[in-house]
Amino acid sequence: MRNPRGDASPGLQRVLNRMRTDTTHGKYVLVVTGPHRRWILGRMNGARGAPVELLPGHEFDDRLEAERTVFRLRWRELTGEDLGL
Amino acid sequence: MSAGTLLGYLDRWSVFPGDTVTCRVSCTGDNAYNAELVRVIQGDTHPDAPGYSEQRVPLDPGGPFPPRTQPIEPGSMAIVDDSPRLTTPGSFSIAAAIWPTTPSRGAQTLFSRHNPDTGQSLEFFINDSGALAAELSTGNVSVHVANDCCLRARCWYFIAMSYDAVEGCVSVSQKPLTVQARTIDSDSRSTEAPRNAPLFNIGAPLTMAARLRPVHGDRRHYNGRIHNPRILGGAIDAPTPNPVANAGPFLAAWDFSLETPSQRIVDISGNQMHGRLVNLPTRGVTGPDWDGSSHAWPHDAGHFAAIHFHDDDLYDAGWEESFSFTLPENLASAVYAVRLHNEADEFYMPFCVRAPRSGRKNDVVFLMPTASYMAYANNRIGLDVPETELVCGRLIELTEQDLFMQTHPELGLCFYDLHNDGSGVYYSSRLRPVMDLQPKFVGKLGGDGSNVWQFNADTHILGWLDSQGIGFDVVTDEDLHEEGAACLDGYRVVITGSHPEYYSASMLDGLDGFCGSGGRLMYLGGNGFYWRISFHPSLPGVIECRKSEDGIRAFAPGPGEYYSSFTGEYTGLWRRNGRPPNTLTGVGMVAQGFDQSSPYFRTEASRDPRVAFMFEGIHDEVIGEFGLSGGGAAGIEIDAANTDLGTPPNALVVASSRQHSDLYLMTPEDMLDPVPGLGGTEAEIIRADIVFFETPRGGAVFSVGSVAWPGSMAWNGYDNPASRLTANVLRRFVDPQTF
Repeated sequence: MRNPRGDASPGLQRVLNRMRTDTTHGKYVLVVTGPHRRWILGRMNGARGAPVELLPGHEFDDRLEAERTVFRLRWRELTGEDLGL
Repeated sequence: MSAGTLLGYLDRWSVFPGDTVTCRVSCTGDNAYNAELVRVIQGDTHPDAPGYSEQRVPLDPGGPFPPRTQPIEPGSMAIVDDSPRLTTPGSFSIAAAIWPTTPSRGAQTLFSRHNPDTGQSLEFFINDSGALAAELSTGNVSVHVANDCCLRARCWYFIAMSYDAVEGCVSVSQKPLTVQARTIDSDSRSTEAPRNAPLFNIGAPLTMAARLRPVHGDRRHYNGRIHNPRILGGAIDAPTPNPVANAGPFLAAWDFSLETPSQRIVDISGNQMHGRLVNLPTRGVTGPDWDGSSHAWPHDAGHFAAIHFHDDDLYDAGWEESFSFTLPENLASAVYAVRLHNEADEFYMPFCVRAPRSGRKNDVVFLMPTASYMAYANNRIGLDVPETELVCGRLIELTEQDLFMQTHPELGLCFYDLHNDGSGVYYSSRLRPVMDLQPKFVGKLGGDGSNVWQFNADTHILGWLDSQGIGFDVVTDEDLHEEGAACLDGYRVVITGSHPEYYSASMLDGLDGFCGSGGRLMYLGGNGFYWRISFHPSLPGVIECRKSEDGIRAFAPGPGEYYSSFTGEYTGLWRRNGRPPNTLTGVGMVAQGFDQSSPYFRTEASRDPRVAFMFEGIHDEVIGEFGLSGGGAAGIEIDAANTDLGTPPNALVVASSRQHSDLYLMTPEDMLDPVPGLGGTEAEIIRADIVFFETPRGGAVFSVGSVAWPGSMAWNGYDNPASRLTANVLRRFVDPQTF
């Protein structure tokens, strides 16, 4: 979690690959609210023309923190358990 | 700001000083808007970039202009104008073969005539249940009939609707070409209708695949193929199979195998009921008679007698002119943009101003890769493609422009998208607003950091040239396509963009001709000269690409559909057309990955006196461990030397990259037999090579083989070894002394 970008161990990369293969229906995205400095979490709807759902309360001024947050959210969705990190 | 309230496009992307620039704008809301002409210098707004830079040109295009919304109406159709020859006093039938692709997705028109003045109408369509149906109205009496049996997607059916004026009935019928066990999808239904009524004499154009006028905002566009429709001046017995094969007499009989490149449908009945196509439905596709024995519509057109209509086809937004202005005769060649702006929004419409036809040119010309800009125009890679996050190794960022594109798919598609019916997009046009052809635009595949792509990534090169105080002119891909090598006459050095991926044969001939006559080529990008495209021979501003065989692609064209409908050329990779990029540039595409870029490491060949000029003042062994595009100079899409593919024997590989991540994967064309170890940490082939070689008439080629390279040139305010190395090469390439 210290460095959520860049090279990952083979095991972690498999976890990341699984997390990142979500379909566009419900896929997490970062919506830019201030170019290169501020983001809010959103979820794709999966259909062309349908707006992206914004998730208030998940706002970031650090992209790495956004990656960590989504990792935790996906971990819970995939395993049913909190990551605890 | 509110992205999307101001949109526009230009008629041309390349003009000369003194030419008129015509602007077509849609402005939503109450705010008037203004326009100004700016020179685009550096469009990357990332805090680590050298700083956004544009220069206003003292020219008044007029304005303020009042707001006016201009809609985009996608969807293709065929229109046959009304004619006395398109009448019959009584019985008639419409027959065709169809291959519906979304029969269950709401009502879709197959054939339609409506006269709004009399209320007379004819509609032969797929209804909301996905079944074939017909509605006829005399203005007073309406008749409706529908099959019970639904059409299956991607199956050919012979279909017919028929009016028997003597018996007084209307029928619809369908018969599949391929009968499946335990599947009942032949059907025929009829209903009573007025006797001896001129139900076909409606006095309105006949349309195919959509209504001419929307009803409640809906033209009911059809998704799928239609094969050789006929209109018969008599009734067909409802259960008759294969009505397409019926003998006449025909009021009209269109042969969709004729004039494939054109936007005309040809009537072979003798009645001259030719029609026209709107919004570029796909031609040169297989029809019901295709049996696999031929793969080339130019050779066996009868196998390809079908047109594929889509509800999201778009060629020309068709907006009215909003304003125009004339460029000064003394305007310097450069990349400019018309900047539209008001309190709510801004929108850029970039274009190239060339050097005057006569007069002195700069030694250096930037070849603006407008074909590749068109190929990616309004791409939905970050919106529709779930794997994008996977290959980028980070969350996808969506900007205001992306959110607008998500809710406004009518902006049209490109070669990276699928149509709404799941079929691949073969055509891409520039006659529409292009959101991603703007400075400041943040892309999806540009790597960690600035994440710029195509046009905005190329402003790293424009900004670098400006920073070096190097005078340069600009020409575009379309200029090169139309004029060949002649458009490069008088230039000593051609500089490419960061990702000049799409090339027509004429463009490639032009660059070959330039290099073969002593010209110097600086290929400052990656994955260049990769796909073969064709420009339409008469329609301006549209290209076709069918990615046959292999290569990195968003979809595979259908079997039998590897030939351009515009020109009849075999399409796909230039490598599969006998002209690998290695022969021109010394390198060819080997891998892509969109997370982190890597540095280059100098090789022993870099000590060769032939390239001493390149490394003057550079003492680093590692080059480009920095950059705005993934943090390194070698990355995103990378090319390597390969003599088997045509890298010249005298080529020097002066540096090669290493340390790519496993998100970098080999190209499919190199992956004949999938085996473990194809990722960047293991496969030796995954590297970018910097290559130099002399050409026969005293010219030379310098290639970096990396989309990320210009992002390193722009690092640290253009002060770094990648910038210095590029400047060393350019200085030597400008020197007229032969190599």
